[in-house]
Amino acid sequence: MAGNGGETTWCFSQVKGTLEDDVTEADLISCVEFNHDGELLATGDKGGRVVIFQRDPASKQCVPKKGEYNVYSTFQSHEPEFDYLKSLEIEEKINKIRWLKRKNQAHFLLSTNDKTIKLWKVSERDKRVTGYNTREEGGRPRDPTRVTALRVPTVRPADLMVEASPRRIFANAHTYHINSISLNSDQETYLSADDLRINLWHLEITDQSFNIVDIKPANMEELTEVITAAEFHPTECNLFVYSSSKGTIRLCDMRAAALCDRHAKLFEEPEDPHARSFFSEIISSISDVKLSNSGRYMMSRDYLGLKVWDLRMETKPVETYPVHEYLRSKLCSLYENDCIFDKFECCWSGDDQRLMTGSYNGFFRIFERGGAGAGARRGELTLEASRDAAARPRQPLRARRVAATAKRKKDEISVDCLDFNKKILHTAWHPHESIIAVAATNNLFIFQDKF
Amino acid sequence: MAASDSGTDDSLYPIAVLIDELKNEDVQLRLNSIKKLSTIALALGVERTRSELIPFLTETIYDEDEVLLALAEQLGNFINLVGGCEYAHVLLSPLESLATVEETVVRDKAVASLRAVSAHHSPQALEQYFVPLVQRLAGGDWFTSRASACGLFSVCYPRVSAPVKEELRGNFRSLCQDDTPMVRRAAAYKLGEFARVVEVEYVKSDLIPMFVTLAQDEQDSVRLLAAEACAAVAALLPPEDMEQLVMPTVRLRAEDASWRVRYMVAEKFVELQQAVGLELARTDLAQIFQALLKDTEAEVRAAAAEKVKDFCMNLDKAHQEQIIMTMILPQIKDLVCDLNQHVKSALASIIMGLSPIVGRQNTIEHLLPLFLTQLKDECPEVRLNIISNLECVNEVIGIQQLVQSLLPAIVELAEDTKWRVRLAIIEHMPLLAGQLGQEFFDEKLTGLCMSWLIDHVYAIREAATLNLKKLVEQYGAAWAETNVIPKVLAMSREQNYLHRMTYLFCINVLSEVCGKDITTRVLLPTVLSMADDNVANVRFNVAKTLQKMAPYLDPAVIQPQVKPVLEKLNVDPDVDVKYFASEAIAGIAG
Repeated sequence: MAGNGGETTWCFSQVKGTLEDDVTEADLISCVEFNHDGELLATGDKGGRVVIFQRDPASKQCVPKKGEYNVYSTFQSHEPEFDYLKSLEIEEKINKIRWLKRKNQAHFLLSTNDKTIKLWKVSERDKRVTGYNTREEGGRPRDPTRVTALRVPTVRPADLMVEASPRRIFANAHTYHINSISLNSDQETYLSADDLRINLWHLEITDQSFNIVDIKPANMEELTEVITAAEFHPTECNLFVYSSSKGTIRLCDMRAAALCDRHAKLFEEPEDPHARSFFSEIISSISDVKLSNSGRYMMSRDYLGLKVWDLRMETKPVETYPVHEYLRSKLCSLYENDCIFDKFECCWSGDDQRLMTGSYNGFFRIFERGGAGAGARRGELTLEASRDAAARPRQPLRARRVAATAKRKKDEISVDCLDFNKKILHTAWHPHESIIAVAATNNLFIFQDKF
Repeated sequence: MAASDSGTDDSLYPIAVLIDELKNEDVQLRLNSIKKLSTIALALGVERTRSELIPFLTETIYDEDEVLLALAEQLGNFINLVGGCEYAHVLLSPLESLATVEETVVRDKAVASLRAVSAHHSPQALEQYFVPLVQRLAGGDWFTSRASACGLFSVCYPRVSAPVKEELRGNFRSLCQDDTPMVRRAAAYKLGEFARVVEVEYVKSDLIPMFVTLAQDEQDSVRLLAAEACAAVAALLPPEDMEQLVMPTVRLRAEDASWRVRYMVAEKFVELQQAVGLELARTDLAQIFQALLKDTEAEVRAAAAEKVKDFCMNLDKAHQEQIIMTMILPQIKDLVCDLNQHVKSALASIIMGLSPIVGRQNTIEHLLPLFLTQLKDECPEVRLNIISNLECVNEVIGIQQLVQSLLPAIVELAEDTKWRVRLAIIEHMPLLAGQLGQEFFDEKLTGLCMSWLIDHVYAIREAATLNLKKLVEQYGAAWAETNVIPKVLAMSREQNYLHRMTYLFCINVLSEVCGKDITTRVLLPTVLSMADDNVANVRFNVAKTLQKMAPYLDPAVIQPQVKPVLEKLNVDPDVDVKYFASEAIAGIAG
């Protein structure tokens, strides 16, 4: 259980998607998200599809509980489009998925590509209507003269059908690419952020949104920073944070003014002048920011590490976790192959005690908070989402190690042997249990505590 | 489709088709069918409607929103089709399901229909069927049903027994404390309405504490609605309780940390002022209002600025002038120079309305300088708002005081680079014509009106033609003949065919107002002469114009003058010209 903070032995549970070598571009997973009770797990891919997995009811009941998920619904959320005014192709890739809190039997989620946000309803139907007046049972039309009495149709049980229907389309509000969407705790509004602006929407109103942050300079040549991620506070409806490419995070209070150009707090760690290099600015860019479930902390991911901030302390992070420090000496080649611009996401465990984020070579890292600093860094793990793991179901995952120096110990892998094409960018943690979902290119791996 | 009303009453077939279409794949057909639900019910009779149709409808509530919306609406008027008031409760179950769907519009409609249906319940039936439904919804698993429940209390409460009333108050109280903000919002929204039917003693003991709690909710969106309810709640209480029960909340919310809540207070200020009574309005609200006008957030200032006139008008007459001059006017002076143009334009839209309240002397001394400042404001909207409200000042001090500043402002707006601004000022021209008088208008503004006719934006040219019509209506045909028509006629010989077309468009509207004589004598010859224009668009517009002006022509000229021209156009090589010529011929003949 995640609640007691005890040791978790991570085991392979399932892998979704083909394990064959040739991977089509469209199948690359671009986001992963559990819903609020963890019953459903949604992924979006480069082909604009959303796949929803449902927790197997049997796996939940057996002791110990298993975290097995089956496909529940698949639908095409976005299609490729072309902006004729700007002569730009709009990719169908799903950038983000966010679940709404449940409001009735159906489930609702927001999905977005670069420009357009859609609200989807996913609902079940297990009834079918029978009894026609103008047709025979077989479906043939009935002779009108033979219709002598009126029949009211009746409803019969039928096979369960899951249907996804688009309910709202929020378009034409973003000039730049949308990188984040986040629902407000008031459950009626959400924000969407692109490179330079953040807009506030009402879930029921598609034809207007309010601009709450605009960092576009009057002259685009003076542009020095862009918004990289934005998120609402989990309980305080008036607070939201956004991170920037300069490594800062701003907290804004919507109560203060209609336009939140002036932040309430600015979280920024002073730069170490000794560590300064050509790449400093690039690697300090924040690729993801997530508030803890309690709302007291937030975590930011930059290229090489994770930082945990206390919302009440702006001057420096309260915890820092290097993710792949061994890459610091490789920045030059990572710059050349563009990997340095990869946007790694990060996530909190349900109890806020653990953090997870991705790396290269199929590796992802889990940090036990408070475990760090204790010499051997007992509380941190490097695991691998790979076919090898899939070949050994229910077996504990082996902890992986990367050799920081040329002298490689047994079990260690050399930095030069890392496969930089196997990136783990998107991960998700079940809201209450020790179940994690890790997207590795076109595969979704589900791991869980030993069972 | 055979679903149309074929009129063959004896045949069941159309009804059968209608019923089958309730489950058609095509949403439009389902929608049509639902909209004719009463026809189906009538054919089935009350018995079968109750036992078959209503259960079927209850079970199939998973359709598209628009279908559900139509269904929710239909069911509200279904009482007679299920057998009258006695059976009204039959309608509750489908409406109950509809009240739980996620679409707010559908839920709202279902609640509206439930409210309508409740009126047909006897007190016994209310307690037997309706109240349990309200309680089921109020205790529902999903917030959608609980939110819907909030709107049903006020309709059943007055007609049930005391113990049930107590239960209902208890239910409402728990909705006010619900976990989800949506339900608390719905409760805050309906609190005022519910309070109106609850006995005053219980309003004080039960509802006011709820209202106070909601007004301090952690969610801005809930506090905002509670602020909105302030006025409604205040209106129910006797004046002596106001200070203790309502004013603390008003004061707190007017200083709320969230600008949206303060905005709502500003927005509802006049209602609140009327509810609390003259005394409190003078002693307390004036100060709060003053603070709102000085708010740090422009949206709040703008909302408050919009209320200045009404607030001042409703002040206690004995102190009105003193309060305005000492408390409000200084704020207005600041707002005139506000940094935010929305604030300035909100103020500009009402500031003229203060003149009648403060009287001639104060207007000249204090307000006139402000009007003049706003007339020179850099933002066109501000100037426009001043100009569009001239009539209030006209009555008090006469427009002459303003003319000197007015004219440059009008001219500048008329030549603004944004066509929407030009459009707006054109729309005010007829009004200005009335206020400024014909002589002044001829001298300074007729030129402008004519220049718009050759504007490069079509919308402006179109508005300019309509403007001409209104001016002629105001100043009469004789004025038109001397001042307008010569200039318009000149356009018929312009190089640019668009100008020649505009000429025709002018004729279309002018012939209506100029009268038979001028139309036949002056306008017609030029139109006829343009039938030989080398641009086809002009030629077919000639045909259209001739058709339009025919009713205003002397009937004697139609055969000898108009007909031959149309006949000629009817054999034009251009198909469009031919088409419109034949249309015109048919139109004139008919």
